[in-house]
Amino acid sequence: MSATDVTLLSAAAAARAVQRGELSPAELFQAYRAAAAADELNAYLWVADEAQAPEAPAGAPLGGVPLAVKDLFCTAGVPSQAGSRILEGYRPPYTASVVARLAAAGAPLLGKTNQDEFAMGSSNENSAFGPVLNPWDRTRVPGGSSGGSAAAVAAGSAPWALGTDTGGSIRQPAALCGIVGLKPTYGTVSRYGMIAFASSLDQAGPLTRDVTDAALLLAHMVGQDERDSTSIGFPGEIALPRSDSLAGIRLGVPEELSGAGVGIEPGVLDAFGATLKLAESLGATVETCRLPHAPHALSAYYVLAPAEASSNLARYDGVRYGARVEDGGLVGMYTQTRSAGFGPEVKRRIMLGTYSLSSGYYDAYYGRAQRVRTKIAEDFASAFERFDFVVTPTSPSVAFELGAKTADPLSMYLNDYCTVPMSLAGIPAISIPNGLSAGLPTGFQLCGPAFSENRVLEAAFALEQAIGFDAAGARSDGG
Amino acid sequence: MIDREQVLHVARLARLELTDDEVGRMSEELSAVLGHIEKIGELDLDGVLPTTHVVEVSNALRSDVVEPSLAPAVALANAPAVADGGFLVPSPQAGADPS
Repeated sequence: MSATDVTLLSAAAAARAVQRGELSPAELFQAYRAAAAADELNAYLWVADEAQAPEAPAGAPLGGVPLAVKDLFCTAGVPSQAGSRILEGYRPPYTASVVARLAAAGAPLLGKTNQDEFAMGSSNENSAFGPVLNPWDRTRVPGGSSGGSAAAVAAGSAPWALGTDTGGSIRQPAALCGIVGLKPTYGTVSRYGMIAFASSLDQAGPLTRDVTDAALLLAHMVGQDERDSTSIGFPGEIALPRSDSLAGIRLGVPEELSGAGVGIEPGVLDAFGATLKLAESLGATVETCRLPHAPHALSAYYVLAPAEASSNLARYDGVRYGARVEDGGLVGMYTQTRSAGFGPEVKRRIMLGTYSLSSGYYDAYYGRAQRVRTKIAEDFASAFERFDFVVTPTSPSVAFELGAKTADPLSMYLNDYCTVPMSLAGIPAISIPNGLSAGLPTGFQLCGPAFSENRVLEAAFALEQAIGFDAAGARSDGG
Repeated sequence: MIDREQVLHVARLARLELTDDEVGRMSEELSAVLGHIEKIGELDLDGVLPTTHVVEVSNALRSDVVEPSLAPAVALANAPAVADGGFLVPSPQAGADPS
């Protein structure tokens, strides 16, 4: 096989080829290493060099198929800066549990991918290392915050990638780049070694070319970890999906997240509607459902996530790692280090979080937002009494032009409108490519109750086969 | 909404120093975001319990067994300044902030 042929295989197909002895893991690694090194989208912040080609563990379930990893996962001895200047030069002394787990299963580290600084953003324009370009149209954003991971997978310079999702940071870039992105149930994947943004929401998940690859990667990510006190693992095993039917499946379509008046682009709604029709043709019933508090999810999220961030990011003070700016005394050193090291969006969220936690405002903002979170979880619980899954468009728009929303933070935040409710409820949600609108990918989001990953993957797989999305538009070689 | 004085107060709490220009922009941007957020004030949330975490796990502790941890030299390797096996920082007295 030529190097290009090798990178055209799905990750699961490449793993099978290795296991059958048709492909050498070293050849596979070198093909992707070369593709990642030649990347022109600014998707990578670090790429493994040839000498780092790992020994393939014999019979490993992931077959030596290399993995692109979002920068915020700590990787021992390898730069891990969460897209920020404040962690300049940081090379962690340890590796994130999920990265170590995947390496042991046969997915060695290919490179570290660009991201919005500390995962705060929906366009990847908040990276201290410059924006990532969307492989479908290089004048547009890839989405964020896992924009580098999404662009790398879509462009074919990585077979699969790890991202993190706090309010949509896996699903939205997956939608904008025409790939699959899955946010697992909170607690199924260890957060140990993930540079924290909002600890009660952050969850690692796969970004892949298809649903089968997502299932294969997730199967080796889940598991309890004694180093993460919120980790609970997954009851049972993640299976590879095979269903081609949605017979008997009840899909709920929430008006609040897909109605005509909620600000979703007409082309995105058209693509969503077409997939609902396909779902019916596969045997599903499609009915309107209600998530009455979903319109308030974004407000609750933009209180809770910045509040947690303002606390988590207090550790960047120039003492233990990263950059330091001296200013005579200790407090001056903290202040100057933080002011020089954080970018504008990170400062904005630290300010927002500090404000909502400060004396006199706590009850009106943080306390209320926590109660809204309860109502949102209850809305989903009621919906799942009647429906197997709730489905929505993933992102209200297709990929927008670079710079289009940077001047208006609120318009950027609205990108998360359809993805934030599931994050607050802690439930699994997948985005799959849903056809094109004006030549750009749209995403179809499907979510289920906590720990329903296997059923979510089965339904997503059946839909994926029926949609038959053609991803070739993202590959410069024409795929 | 949130005026310049509040911005400066919150920035001090967060150990951030903002330029004059940043203070003005922050005041405008945070006011717009808070204006959107304040819609949750309209909801009837009496008697609703707060959710701090969606996972029902409490006091998750590993077994109390001594395990190896980072060697001091490794833990210090990323620090901007070290001395005598510890992190070296400027004196808290020098250039002291009145707060």
